[in-house]
Amino acid sequence: MIPTLFGVAVLIFFLLRVVPGDIVELKYAGAGTYAPKEALDRERAQLGLDQPIWKQFVTWIVGIPRLDFGTSMWTGQPITHEIAIRLELSIQLALMATFVAILISIPLGALAALKQDTWIDYCVRIFSIAGLAIPSFWLGIVIILAFVIYFRWLPPLTFTSFWVDPKANLTQLIWPALAVGYRYSAVATRMTRSAVLEVLREDYIRTARAKGLWERAVLVRHALKNALLPVITVLGLEFAFLVGGLVVTEQVFNLNGIGKLFVEAISQRDYTMVQSLVLLTSFIFIFVNFLVDLINACLDPRIRYR
Amino acid sequence: MLILVKKVTQCRFTKVLFAVGTLLFCPVTANAAETPRSGGELVFAIGGTPPSFDGHRETTFAMIHPVAPHYSTLLRFDPQNYPKIVGDVAESWQVSKDGLTYTFKIRQGIQFHDGSALTAKDVKATYDKIIFPPKGVVSARQATYAIVDKVETPDVQTVIFRLKHSSASFLANLASPWNFIYKADLLAKDPRWYEKNIMGSGPFTFGEYVAGSHWVGKKNPNYFMKGRPYLDGYRAVIIRDTAPRVAAVRSGQALIEFRGFNPAARDDIVRTAGNQVVVQESPWVCNLTVTINNEKKPFDDVRVRRALTLAIDRWGASKALSQISVMKYVGGLLRPGSEFAIPESELVKLAGFGKDIEASRKEARRLLKEAGVPEGFSFTLKNRNVREPYEVTGVYVIDQWRQIGLNVNHVQQEAGAYFNDFRQGNYDAGIDFSCDFMDDPDLQLFKFVSSNKSPVNYARYNDSVLDDLYDKQSRATDPKERLKLLREFERRVIDEKAYQFPPTLWWQRIVPHSAKLKGWKISPSHYVNQDLRDVWIAQ
Amino acid sequence: MARTSVPIFTLPAIFRLDLWVEASFHFSRRRPLGAVGAAIIGLMIVVAVLAGFISPYDPLATDYGKLLQAPSSSHWFGTDSFGRDVFTRIIYGSRTALWIGFASSFMGATLGALIGVTSAYFGGKIDLVLQRFMDLLLSFPLIILALVVVSLLGSGMTNVILAITVPMIPRCALVVRSSALALREMPFVEAARALGFGPLRIIVRHLVPNVMAPYLIMLTAFLGQAILLEASLSFLGLGVAEPQAAWGLMLRGAAVEFAERAPWMAIYPGLAISLSVFAFNLFGDSLRDALDPKLRLP
Repeated sequence: MIPTLFGVAVLIFFLLRVVPGDIVELKYAGAGTYAPKEALDRERAQLGLDQPIWKQFVTWIVGIPRLDFGTSMWTGQPITHEIAIRLELSIQLALMATFVAILISIPLGALAALKQDTWIDYCVRIFSIAGLAIPSFWLGIVIILAFVIYFRWLPPLTFTSFWVDPKANLTQLIWPALAVGYRYSAVATRMTRSAVLEVLREDYIRTARAKGLWERAVLVRHALKNALLPVITVLGLEFAFLVGGLVVTEQVFNLNGIGKLFVEAISQRDYTMVQSLVLLTSFIFIFVNFLVDLINACLDPRIRYR
Repeated sequence: MLILVKKVTQCRFTKVLFAVGTLLFCPVTANAAETPRSGGELVFAIGGTPPSFDGHRETTFAMIHPVAPHYSTLLRFDPQNYPKIVGDVAESWQVSKDGLTYTFKIRQGIQFHDGSALTAKDVKATYDKIIFPPKGVVSARQATYAIVDKVETPDVQTVIFRLKHSSASFLANLASPWNFIYKADLLAKDPRWYEKNIMGSGPFTFGEYVAGSHWVGKKNPNYFMKGRPYLDGYRAVIIRDTAPRVAAVRSGQALIEFRGFNPAARDDIVRTAGNQVVVQESPWVCNLTVTINNEKKPFDDVRVRRALTLAIDRWGASKALSQISVMKYVGGLLRPGSEFAIPESELVKLAGFGKDIEASRKEARRLLKEAGVPEGFSFTLKNRNVREPYEVTGVYVIDQWRQIGLNVNHVQQEAGAYFNDFRQGNYDAGIDFSCDFMDDPDLQLFKFVSSNKSPVNYARYNDSVLDDLYDKQSRATDPKERLKLLREFERRVIDEKAYQFPPTLWWQRIVPHSAKLKGWKISPSHYVNQDLRDVWIAQ
Repeated sequence: MARTSVPIFTLPAIFRLDLWVEASFHFSRRRPLGAVGAAIIGLMIVVAVLAGFISPYDPLATDYGKLLQAPSSSHWFGTDSFGRDVFTRIIYGSRTALWIGFASSFMGATLGALIGVTSAYFGGKIDLVLQRFMDLLLSFPLIILALVVVSLLGSGMTNVILAITVPMIPRCALVVRSSALALREMPFVEAARALGFGPLRIIVRHLVPNVMAPYLIMLTAFLGQAILLEASLSFLGLGVAEPQAAWGLMLRGAAVEFAERAPWMAIYPGLAISLSVFAFNLFGDSLRDALDPKLRLP
């Protein structure tokens, strides 16, 4: 885990400094007014941008084990603070979307597998592939427009924590969770369907059927349990990307999350912020991978007894 | 029967009876001036986040809109009567005959939010920071105040500005909405304190700021103007993307968005909200220029540059683009409708502003041929990747140039790459912009003086005649004289040399807002009058 | 009846056109959904190639007198905010979509497959290093990686293609590597090695044809993703630039602003994107069922 994270840190650090454009210029040229060169140079010195590159790297890296990611070059606030404000929303949205995906994909996937090659199967497959095909930002725009035009209502614009006001919190997040969840259910539905199909062909299922057990009991007891494993793997991997990857959805629904922070930081050339965010998402990805492997190990008897 | 009816309606008595009846039976309409109501929290939307909280340093509306209500300035623009200048912290002022000494008397009884008194000392400390910033402190508009020799405070209530030479614009510059008055003691301890903290004397005290989400201000109970502010507080909600921002105003969740929307958004809002919404419109002190890299061939040839400007049908653009974007008014280097703007009769004589576009285009083709530019000549136009109005203008301009046989590639870049390329001169033609807080020629024209004098001139040319004209007009105290110099300046930039030119148009500012919001009057600049002092919410 | 083994391709067999035709017929009959997908894709390709002949207008021609017109007999899909014909722009947009889709997924899948196969064949240190690097790239969310590449290189068609290719490479490498790993132990590879064939020959003649199945599957899976990713990038303003015709670009800005006055501006590009991604996914899905139902895609 650590070497990968370090590799990511190095890669993004140097990649950013190759990108043209400089945060100081951006700040001043942005509004079309003029600032003298000394002002720009002073600013650069303040941000530590005049130091040699290796020194900047070391200064940053050294703080990380202490969870001190430095300060944002754009706002001057500590990065841990900036991220903390937005992390709760992103994680909650990712969880809700995954939950929605599970609710849709597992019953539908199992159904499609049971009724393979019938029209039910086709319908489910079309429904789930449509989820992959419709651009999620488009879905988001349509949802918001529908609300405004037909109900003259909009979900709450600012984020309130679930622990503070659950109603406001859920009213804001349920819509993006549905839009995103539908999209992610597509992959999971497909997975569930093929996993269940595979399991249904196994010998022990035929035995259970021969014994005369009820179809549903057969499915639930044996097939689903074993089919769950690859589905969990897939969902886990998708979850990791949900935390930083919902850039366009956050923009459309105006959510103050990590994705939006990412895009802003990149376009502002806020090096410290981008570096830290990339590390964060990599960490989450690696961590979730690890968790999924752990769950796999626990649930899969074959691995356990190795 | 008909004759009877005719007789009745023509009878004067009937008419009088009718008039009286109308007055008696129609509901008495309220007087135009309503009484302001105290109370309520104003929720408004902003399209960006403040990079820091220091007004002397920042240049974006995303800072001014949430932060301005916490501060006072020395002078301000009369909210009902832009561009008339009135005092805010200053009670009265005098200008010496030679125009070199400005004396201000500071109001008594103004308090900072922590209870300490605001005196001339604080004003001096503020302006010292703006005009002579200490090491490590950035003052974005320092160059504008280069004519100030020193700032003095002979007593606790008086501030004197001594200038190196006279300037017609100095007073207006002091009314800049960016010049928040800071506390001298705090500046002495740490000149950069205000970048991350708020301590002002304005109508609202600081509530909370959640980065990327919202900014809250609360009513200042000790504000020096009794009875103000009317509001209990305000909440600025940050919504970066246009669509949800428009939706917020449309659904009524936000009462207003102060910068402005485009006509399509206005129409949508009016359609949904009907008479619950009021639209205020005004010309805007913002425009887009087509900048040409004068150092690159073939653009160093004045004929090519003239051809480029002749090809653009500005009057047609005004009709077409004003329906879909904020681009609207045809004008020269100064905003049409402002004091020094060039009138239409003279404007049409300048290259590219004539009304006969076919003739202009013919001339353009002829010039290109003469300069040896082949048909189908290709170059790039660099632009920002913001849709409104940059992309719209880019598409329009490219289309116009297509009609004189030029094949232009549109390259849209993120802000970082865009500014970089402009500064390095790494471009052929580009769309540049200028947005200011007032119609001051000094501010507006600074962009067009020689590149070695003006770092915001990306067109890379040097012209001492222009520099000379600029200096002269800046010192001219006689408006007529100044007007003459300005005309000459404009003619040279746009027509004779065609260095860079407003391609298109000046913007229109459209602010639809809830009918419940009162006390805010639109002005040509979205930076001024944002202290929310006079704003109130009706039932 | 379940298919559990990966069909063994050999190098000569890949170039036999008649075998492909026969396989296609077989495929269409057994998997109608996939056939539908393939048909739509075929239609798209035809439209893109014949764009110049079938479109009524020039995609760049503006007409300021006819802004935002509703669909009519002269403009089948209406006009946009510059007076350009939406139908024509959709047709030309298919060119952009297919070009970007094919270029990026082909390059991404091929590069990824090569890396995967090399990694699997050589094993040891090479495998470890390559794997680490792939892991690194994989840990970025798709769109963030694309964003960083676009920031580096700037926007525009070529850069968008590159930006979409980069995230695809590790995903393909991962899948192909696991397939190739299984193959490495097979007897025919052992035999080839015993016969003294060099690694390059073994890789090209024996391993590569046998990972065609997962390679093809990844290719088709990515095509849909690529089109969507281009749409997202253009929506963010970092993709193809105006006034070029591209579906994602057509959805940006004006389409949303005028969504009520002129819904056709957004409906048709949205439909076009959805339909093409849908078709690619249908086809890819059925392909996977046919070739290797157990394949797990990252």
